[in-house]
Amino acid sequence: MTGTSVDIFMDILISVCLLVGTFFIFSTSIGLLRFPDVYTRMHAATKASTLGIAGIMIGAFLFLYVEHDILSGKLILGLLFVLLTVPVSGHMISRAAHRSGVIPWGDKVRDDYTEAIRAKENPDHMK
Amino acid sequence: MPFQILLNILIAVMWMFMSESYTFSTFFGGYLIGILLLLVLQRFIPDAFYMKRVVKVIRLMLLFTKELILSNLQIVKLVYKPKLDITPGIFAFPTELKSDWEITLLANLISLTPGTLSIAVSDDNSLIYIHAMHIDDTQESIQEIKDSFEKAIMEVTR
Repeated sequence: MTGTSVDIFMDILISVCLLVGTFFIFSTSIGLLRFPDVYTRMHAATKASTLGIAGIMIGAFLFLYVEHDILSGKLILGLLFVLLTVPVSGHMISRAAHRSGVIPWGDKVRDDYTEAIRAKENPDHMK
Repeated sequence: MPFQILLNILIAVMWMFMSESYTFSTFFGGYLIGILLLLVLQRFIPDAFYMKRVVKVIRLMLLFTKELILSNLQIVKLVYKPKLDITPGIFAFPTELKSDWEITLLANLISLTPGTLSIAVSDDNSLIYIHAMHIDDTQESIQEIKDSFEKAIMEVTR
């Protein structure tokens, strides 16, 4: 390929997308290791990874389009489904963790959910 | 609204037949023409013009993208801070949304916004339990969610 300015610009754009994506995924894994409990780890896993995946998918999409003239709809669909499913899995994992009795990290934490469950269960015990 | 979309598709198909080229781009052109016709004739068609709702959906998506990027930057900032600067906790968020899919959408949006993660929905669908990174500014985040997301979702669905 001859290096016209548009080509160079697209190359830089693709590289920036990929680098940003990788950076966010890397941060996700560091966050997973550093944060103290399931819930805060879910914060890291559900948030930073979405932008990471978005960056890599968009980078790949642009690369395929510029280099091979392929409009890859699959990459965009993949991005869409990741955006839809990541929060659901985060919700389900943290809910399951709470149900199986994981106490949030920190001293004197406020926990409205546990209180609500207790308030609901106590009348049942009275029966 | 379904009637308007059907009409729009019908116009697009008719456009395809009239220009005698059966490709996607012709269909798309016909669809644009249909939108234009519906815009001009909206006084004679029942219900509000449906593109208004589409614009609101697009606005919701833009809002969502903005919040997503902000939350990513915030979590990265927290990850790389040498000292762990968080005070997590779970608070209850009273929602006015009723139907199942509205609440699903809201819970998903909450999960992807700065510092909050939806954990559970109460049985009567009136409370969403949210895990927050900074429990101290609960009131602030409740107000923020109410003003931005709940309003945007309500505009789309009602």
